[in-house]
Amino acid sequence: AVLRRTSQVRPLHGSGCGQQQEAIGMETRPETFSIFRTQENDPACQSEQHLGQYYTVPPSHFHTVFPHGLPPRYQQQVKTFNEGCVMVRQPALELISHLKRADYSKPTLRYLLYGVKGSGKTMSLCHTVHYCSTQGWLVLHIPDAHLWVKNCKELLPSSYHASRFDQPIQASNWLRNFRTTNEHFLSKIKLRQRYVWTKRESTEEGRPLGELVDMGVSRVKSSSDVVGAVLKELRLQAGGTEGGFRLAVAVDGVNGLWGRTTLKKEDKSPVAPEELTLVHNLRKMINNDWCGGAVIATLSQTGSLYAPSSAYLPQELLGEEGFDSMDPFVPVPVSLYSEKEFESCYLYYLDHIHFHHWLQHPHSQTEEGKKELIFLSNRNPSVLERLCAFL
Amino acid sequence: MQMQRLLLSTYFLFSPERRTANMAASGGRTVGSFLWKCGNCCFNFNTVSSNLTRQVLSRQLCVSAVLHRKNLAAAGPEKFSEEFIKKQVEEFNIGKRHLANMMGEDPETFTQGDINRSIAYLFPSGLFDKKAKPLMKHPDEDTFTKALAVEKHQDRLRGKDLFTQDAKQISLVGSRWLLKEELEELLVETISEHDYARFIQLMERLLSLPYCSVEEDFVQRYRRQLEIQSSKQQVQPLQYDQHGVAYSTGDGRRKTATGTVLLRDSGSGSISINGTNYVHYFPVLQDREQLMFPLHFMGVLGRFDMQCSVSGGGHSSQAGALRLAISRAMLSFLSEGQVETMRQAGLLTPDPRIKERKKPGQEGARRKFTWKKR
Repeated sequence: AVLRRTSQVRPLHGSGCGQQQEAIGMETRPETFSIFRTQENDPACQSEQHLGQYYTVPPSHFHTVFPHGLPPRYQQQVKTFNEGCVMVRQPALELISHLKRADYSKPTLRYLLYGVKGSGKTMSLCHTVHYCSTQGWLVLHIPDAHLWVKNCKELLPSSYHASRFDQPIQASNWLRNFRTTNEHFLSKIKLRQRYVWTKRESTEEGRPLGELVDMGVSRVKSSSDVVGAVLKELRLQAGGTEGGFRLAVAVDGVNGLWGRTTLKKEDKSPVAPEELTLVHNLRKMINNDWCGGAVIATLSQTGSLYAPSSAYLPQELLGEEGFDSMDPFVPVPVSLYSEKEFESCYLYYLDHIHFHHWLQHPHSQTEEGKKELIFLSNRNPSVLERLCAFL
Repeated sequence: MQMQRLLLSTYFLFSPERRTANMAASGGRTVGSFLWKCGNCCFNFNTVSSNLTRQVLSRQLCVSAVLHRKNLAAAGPEKFSEEFIKKQVEEFNIGKRHLANMMGEDPETFTQGDINRSIAYLFPSGLFDKKAKPLMKHPDEDTFTKALAVEKHQDRLRGKDLFTQDAKQISLVGSRWLLKEELEELLVETISEHDYARFIQLMERLLSLPYCSVEEDFVQRYRRQLEIQSSKQQVQPLQYDQHGVAYSTGDGRRKTATGTVLLRDSGSGSISINGTNYVHYFPVLQDREQLMFPLHFMGVLGRFDMQCSVSGGGHSSQAGALRLAISRAMLSFLSEGQVETMRQAGLLTPDPRIKERKKPGQEGARRKFTWKKR
């Protein structure tokens, strides 16, 4: 008889190791552990022994922690498999260990994840973000800085600063997601300054942050300024002793902040990134003149503008200006899958494809098929994922 | 047996309109011997319905010129001897009586003409050739005369010790018949297609006869040898670099793209094309599959390291050129048999397709201009 599991959280099952063939129609033996999964779902407790294994993000946390940060293909995969499994990999573990040992009274350290396209930078970033949120940090996750410098339909001249431009839609979207992620902080943090939005509206000192964020979400026109205010407040209060919290700024595609934009003013002249309010404020955030947190950034060529597809090193993608601003930073290279990681990824897909969907190319389970997959994808995670999606 | 015959005769009586010839053909218990003579070959369905034995043997003897000899040569219990002929006559008579019973006539006064008419009635045939229609005749009349004459000839030969069991066949492998043009050249006269087809047919017939090896020279005059394909490949010997690692080069071309490959042994399956990784150079899966095919076919996927350089053409043709180059470079690492399998898989054949010329009066090679009615 065929076992169909439709429960929300899949119970851990085993498919054995190596190339064990399971005929269709055979019941799977429920084993407690598999080679490629681990029970350790808390990123804080993961260590080198868990390298290469998948841990499940508890579904309750999933939507709060990652409302907007995940790569789109991964989101589809989560929806298909009905669970969010992240692989424990070396770059993420390195980052987490740095974060554990860092001294938070000193100016913030900046970490930069870089690697070839599709090697897993965003996923490592998300892993770190999960760690930060489990540790009770306030997470400022910007899903893709490139989204702010291109494809913007509405550009309003900023009310605050004459030469700058506002992006209301992007700002309000981001504020909404920020609210979902950090619900519990919003009531705790109090504003230290009075903000005046229009002649009639202002936010007093001492009001909770949540009010500010709500205002930004509802009043779309001034949302970019709200973002700027939020960032400033958080910067001031992050290292504070009274009710101090740690601030994690996670920016994906940070090279977008210093490149060129595709946006144009009404007179068809290009807009430089500095002229955008959001970008301006974010740059201030990334500067290491505040303490009590960390800045984790990834480079991304995929969404970047005017960058050749073979570029992946920090100098190439950040450019002169970016590199100078980011300097000094801790570079964290993200490489392609190692043997072990490839093995577990392959087993993971096999397991899902075999067990949950009953679509299997019988050849893919054999040793030959595995060699073919290694060749075709060259152990590149995204390519492998795309390949396995066919099967 | 009696019972069966009775049943069958009653069956026939009750349904005289049943004209299925299957009656006779569905082995076993037919009532007589029906001889079906066709133009070229005769099939003789003999059913021995012996009175005593329970088993019904239905022996099929193909009395065609070919198989007749082979049968004799193989295991020849069936000799056209006198007793055999006597048996056949007996069977014919019994069959004649049964036929008369079927038609409701007197078996004693059943003449050959009556037999013919009843057969024509029971087994109507739409064939035009008289010889092809079913017939039932007394065995003495010209059935076995040919066979007997052949037998006599064979006995004479045996007497003279010329009747050797000769199973020698002319070897036809690796040669082909002459083409029509070559035959015309040989005979110094024009031949129509029909004639040529007939010629080939006759030669094939000649080859199918036994003892054709006697005329081997005659036959070989009209055959040409085919060149062996695989001997055309020149396999270069392996070269070794300073660390003792074997390497070889190969180049290939496809449709204006040229590629060269340096294949190194004992590697890890890493490939670099023009200095970049192959996953970046060929983002399309199809191109990478093309690269993979020669290695995967021979089962050496993780063994070689490759340094490739390619230029010209588009991405598909570059992939095809590299594939050919890889196959050629791999030749020096493989054995003869594997080279042959690669050749048969088509890995070593350069793809001859190129861009077709654009013709005047048309927009492209095949596309015509838009046709306007007026």
